[in-house]
Amino acid sequence: MSSDAVVLETVGLAKRFRSRWALRDCTLSIPTGRVAALVGPNGAGKSTLLRIAAGLTRPSEGTVRVLGDVPATCDVMQRVGYLDQDLPLLDGFRVREMLRFAELTNPTWDMETATRYITQLDIPLDVRVESLSGGQRAQVALTLCLAKQPELLLLDEPAAALDPVAREDLLRLLMQQVADHGTSVVLSTHALGDVVAICDYVVILCNARVVLSDDIDFILESHRFFTGLSHDGTALPAGVTVIDEQRTTRGTTFLVRVELPVDEERWQLQRPTLDEVVLAYLRSGVAGARHAQSSGERDSNGERR
Amino acid sequence: MNDYRPGIHFRLDSRSGIAPYRQLVDQVRQAVESGQLRGGDQLPSVREVVTQITINPNTVHRAYRELEHQGIAEGRLGLGTFITPRAGDVTAASSRHTVVADLKQWTEQARELGLSEDEMIELLRRLLNRDERVSS
Repeated sequence: MSSDAVVLETVGLAKRFRSRWALRDCTLSIPTGRVAALVGPNGAGKSTLLRIAAGLTRPSEGTVRVLGDVPATCDVMQRVGYLDQDLPLLDGFRVREMLRFAELTNPTWDMETATRYITQLDIPLDVRVESLSGGQRAQVALTLCLAKQPELLLLDEPAAALDPVAREDLLRLLMQQVADHGTSVVLSTHALGDVVAICDYVVILCNARVVLSDDIDFILESHRFFTGLSHDGTALPAGVTVIDEQRTTRGTTFLVRVELPVDEERWQLQRPTLDEVVLAYLRSGVAGARHAQSSGERDSNGERR
Repeated sequence: MNDYRPGIHFRLDSRSGIAPYRQLVDQVRQAVESGQLRGGDQLPSVREVVTQITINPNTVHRAYRELEHQGIAEGRLGLGTFITPRAGDVTAASSRHTVVADLKQWTEQARELGLSEDEMIELLRRLLNRDERVSS
């Protein structure tokens, strides 16, 4: 197990494809031992970030460290598992042969784990991979990735396009691996409902930039909906940062980042779900800092106290 | 799997906005309050919970640490995590605390609405006697 405190660290990372920026000014640091979700709309840079981390594509600008090292070096490649929609299955191979192939090509391969996972998933070993269902193919591909015993897993939408049962089986496999080996995971997903259950860290990407990167428990504890009647002039309390606001004719609801505990009687407070926080950040499009000027008590310079 | 044991089946509500580890902690506390879990009962292992409800193992670890911190559970090296003998007292004490805090908030509200102390006491007396005149 690596003693590095950080599994993925980027500074000013950017990737340009001709005139289009796929990733810009990406600075983040994901701690070891976490299951981190990369969320954001299509084209936000999630896949690009994962591909750079896996050493499959070079950044145009900035630096990236994976497990404390530069991606694509031989040592790091051994310690990282990468999986995207393009499953690394060879047509014509039976499942058993696929496992044997992986064993021959991976020095850290653990055949016992691989066989146990395949058995747990009820996948027949003697069937050719091309005749498996979509869900089973994804499960075999993940098994190949897990049995390599990587310290860091980079998964690009691992459960996309799977039916609910196959998805549950796949995510359970992933969580068991984390429980047994303390594996760090960075995965991209659109399924926000899964994120709260299986992840403990989230990175929100929007328009090729990072808008929030933090511990999920902390995010839930530090965001609230503030609802108040409009026109009554009640200012938001000092120290809150407005992320998003929705007005009706009767009042306004702000999604704010707060320093807890909040004891606020003039506003009605409610806990947002993680989906609501993510959507608020995506709607606002930039880091909450843009709205930092939300204190009810501005000083004469209009500066934040 | 393991033998039957007096237990708890965790559930996770991703729509509640409450941190997942906090949900697990609350469920154990409720199980202790209701008597479903008693001192000496073993909590499922992290791996069992992970397999049961497909949850991040770090979340379960964090919940168990929090329960230990609160004095409701204790880790026994190599054996697992168990409910402490005094867990019932701990949850009962904090339930009492919650009731007092709620009552305090209620009296403040009532005062703001202009209820006199006598009216509040009368209201409480009727509630305690299940007097139907309070239901409106």
